[in-house]
Formats: sequence, structure tokens, C-alpha cells
Amino acid sequence: MDYSSPYRMRNAIPAWERGETGRPGIRGRVAVAGIGETAYYRHGQAPEPELKLALRAILAACEDAGLDPRAVDGFASYSNDRNDPSRLAAALGLPELRFANMQWGGGGGGGSAAVGNAAAAIAAGYADCVVVFRALAQGQFQRFGAAPPAATAAGEAALTFPYGLISPAQRFAMRVMRFMHEHGIRPSAQRAIALASYHHAQNNPRAVMHGRPLTAEAYDESRWIVEPFRLFDCCMENDGAAALVLVSAERARDLRHRPAYLLGVAQGSEYRNAARGHNAPTYASASFTTVAPRLYAMAGVTPKDVGVVQSYENFTGGVLMSLIEHGFFAPEEANEFLTPDNLVAPHGRLPLNTSGGNLAECYMHGLELQIEAVRQLRGLSTNPVPAARVAMVISGPMVTPVSSMILGTEDTL
Amino acid sequence: MTVAPAYYLPSGLPRPVPEPDGLDAPYWEGTRRGELRVQRCRGCRTWQWGPEWICHRCHGFELEWTAVEPRGTIYSWERAWHPVHPALRGHGPYVVVLIALPHAGGVRMIGNLLGDPLQAVEIGASVEAVFEPHDDATPPFTLVHWRKTA
Repeated sequence: MDYSSPYRMRNAIPAWERGETGRPGIRGRVAVAGIGETAYYRHGQAPEPELKLALRAILAACEDAGLDPRAVDGFASYSNDRNDPSRLAAALGLPELRFANMQWGGGGGGGSAAVGNAAAAIAAGYADCVVVFRALAQGQFQRFGAAPPAATAAGEAALTFPYGLISPAQRFAMRVMRFMHEHGIRPSAQRAIALASYHHAQNNPRAVMHGRPLTAEAYDESRWIVEPFRLFDCCMENDGAAALVLVSAERARDLRHRPAYLLGVAQGSEYRNAARGHNAPTYASASFTTVAPRLYAMAGVTPKDVGVVQSYENFTGGVLMSLIEHGFFAPEEANEFLTPDNLVAPHGRLPLNTSGGNLAECYMHGLELQIEAVRQLRGLSTNPVPAARVAMVISGPMVTPVSSMILGTEDTL
Repeated sequence: MTVAPAYYLPSGLPRPVPEPDGLDAPYWEGTRRGELRVQRCRGCRTWQWGPEWICHRCHGFELEWTAVEPRGTIYSWERAWHPVHPALRGHGPYVVVLIALPHAGGVRMIGNLLGDPLQAVEIGASVEAVFEPHDDATPPFTLVHWRKTA
């Protein structure tokens, strides 16, 4: 096996296809039956406390599914969400809590993994109806993009904070700069990703940046945050809550909407990704070089089958690397592939972040991307891709663990 | 009257302190002596950075701290403009570099690149370490910066 290229599909022929094991995974066994969210707010502007926002999103997702909220018997979340499942279950008067799960890791890397964990619980019989949720009211807590108010730094932070390498943008610019150098990526590639998100947000009344279009000129004139990221390469920070309801495929067929079936999900990161002080061996990476091949193997699809992609934008350069690591184009093709025309619905080669995503809809820590993927498969997106039967969500580039998932319509099973 | 020492970045950023469990204390002690120390496995001689309690290659727990020649090459860099910390407000841009140490297994170290903050930065350029002691801090500490060599 050739491990020299991180873009090689290392596990292209999975063990189950070689007849060595039974087919793994949860392909087609679990579906997203309901989606819900609060209104999305600029950060610090939520009129209600964070836990109340979470409750509203959970009720909205149950209503969307046509399920009594008392049917919920499990919760899954990520990134140390502050809203404890036991408190949610007590507040909602749930008859029984059967599954309470937190995906390790920060940033948005756990978004798809949380869906996968919920699905695994349903497939294994631990629980029947699991809600995946995320809630943020940053005015009530610490912002992500500002330095924590500590006078000292220890461990990993001691190696970076005293040098002014503190925020997520500063942490990840270093990886993206190396990748752009290795592959001759031009600024226009990052710009196209930002323009596509803002373009889609103009058709999406939920989007915080609805009515605030972005031009290439405005992008080029925007200030540097940290080279190679300009202002519009960076996600927003927002308040709100989002939730999805997962049930078995059989049960989903009896509910209100066309089910969005989970075809595959994978999480993790490469060899020693977390080596401290920026010492990951596969440094210039979004952390998906091992995850993406496992995702495709489980889902039984290839990149050309994917009709629409939602890819977590903490920073546009992370999206760029994520798309490459998921096999949509080679690094050497990035400048040519990443144009606004190629990335917008309905007719682009790869419609991307069709709700506006973290850049322009809402930084719901990425969970708005899962919701948008479901809307696409229902035909209810505000930027529909009518031909899309397979939708991918990529969660949290450049952190560890990361995760990604593939949803499909009934006829993909 | 004491003259304020000239530091690359303004005072008031978080001060580095060793971890409570002592894992990285030898590194920080080394910087106070003008030494750049990297972990090395006594068993298989693998270089390791950042520090850990075990050798990632052979799983030996016997790790020594080796002072290495403080020279390297620029592996990546960034120029930060937006002040994310109150101490950086009004300061202007600065350059952070990721330096590879080829003679220590290629491990990488973070620091600032001394000189004009608007200078052109080339990946692959040769650099040497410059120790920046903060003797006035409590407790005192020393940062390790880098500057280009011919």
C-alpha cells in the first residue's frame, strides 16, 4: 500500500467488499426525520438564554418530524455543548433517557460525528429517537475569536499564545499558508468559496447576511485578519440553536417528510494529528485524508455521485482542503475548479454551502449544514439543486477529530 | 530609572508557565539558559516535539532533553493584523513563523520572525534563534524568536 500521498484513497476496496467481513456501518438503517432551528442572531444578540434556545430548536425539530417530543429518548452533541442532556430530558418531561452522548473535540469537527453517534445508538438498539443539537448564545459566554482572559498560558497554549498565535484564525492560517505554498493556490480560490456562500444567503431569509451581498471587489478590498485570510474568509460568530431528530429508517417512512437516509459517516484524523505545537506530520491538511476514504467506502458512493456539498467554513482555506481530501478535485486543479460559477446552485459543478453556511447563514457551529443537506434532499432548500439525491456534509476542517457524512434519498438505498 | 526592555510584541500577552505536571518544565528551563531543548528517546533515538510522556515510536518512557543547534528553516508563516488580545490593540501587524529543525528530526517550533513586520517571508528560508528574556516578569521566562540568516 502506498502511503506517500495523503490524497490516495487508501481503503478504496474495503474489507467487506473483499469478502473478509460482513458489511460494516449503518448505511440506510437510520434517517433524519426532523429538522429545527431558532431564528439566527448576530453574536450576543439572542433575546433568550442558551438552554431556552436549545429547547425551542428541539421542539421545532420534533414538530417538523410530526413526533411528540416525549418520544425522544436520547441526545447527542459535540464541542462541549453546555446544555446537559439530563437537564433537557427533565425539562421536557421525557419518560426515559436512554442515550446521552458528547463527541470529544472542539470546533465544529464533531457535527457529523454526533449524527453518526446518534445513528449508531439507534442501529444498536440503545435508543429509538435521538436528537442531535447545538446551541450557542455567545453574549452569555466567551467568544471563540477573542483571546481567553488568562494571564498565563500552559501546555500547547504556552508554545503559541506568547507569540500572538492565539485565535482559531491564527492557528489555522499557518496550515493553509503551507498548503497554498505547496500547491500554488491563488487567493481567487478562497474568494470563490466566500462568494458562493454569500450568493446563496441572498435567497435564504433565515441567513444573517440575507440582504448583504458580497462582490469580488468588496472581498478584495476587505481587511486582513491574518494572512492568508481576509475578513470574508472567516466565519461569523452567532447565537441560536439547531436540532435534528433521528429514527430508524422504518419508522422514518411513517413520518411527515421524505426521510434523509444516512448512507455513511466517519470521524477521526491522521497519524499524530494532535502532536503539539503544530507538529502534525500531515500538516498542510484539513485532517480528512484518512476519514474521507472510510466515509465513501461505507456509503458505497464516489465523489461524482455527490450532488451537493455542505462544507464547514471556519475559514475558506479549510473548505478548499476539505473538498480536495474528499476527492472532488486535485490540489493542482483547485485554481481552475474553485470559481463562483462552479460552486453555486442549481447548475454549478459542485454546489457548495447552499444555505450560506457559517460564512453567511449562521455560525450554528456547523449544524445548520446538516439541516441544509436534509432540506436539499427534501427539495426544500432556498437554493435547490433538483438533481441532488446524495448530499455530503463535512464538519470542522483542521481540528481533530473531524467528521463527515453522506445522506441519500430513498432511491439511493 | 529602568528602561522598558524592547520586546517583539507588547507586554501583557499570556505568560508561558510550565504545566502543573512538569512535562515541559525542562524546555522552559532551557530557554532561560539560552538553550533550545527537544525531547529525544533514550531507547530508539527518535526526536519528539511537542513533549509527551512516552516515545511515540517505541513506547519507551525514558526521554531525555537534548539541547539542539538553534537553527532551522521556515516551514510556514502568517502575518497577523487583527488584534485578538487587548495587549495587541494599536500595535499593528506581526509575523509568526513555524520553523523546522532538520537536524532534530524535522520537529517544528513556533516563534516570531524578527525584523520589519511587513517583510516578504519565504518558506524554506534559513533562520537562527534569538532568545528574548523577560526577566521582569513574575515568574521570569524567555521566548524564542527567529531571524533570517544569509
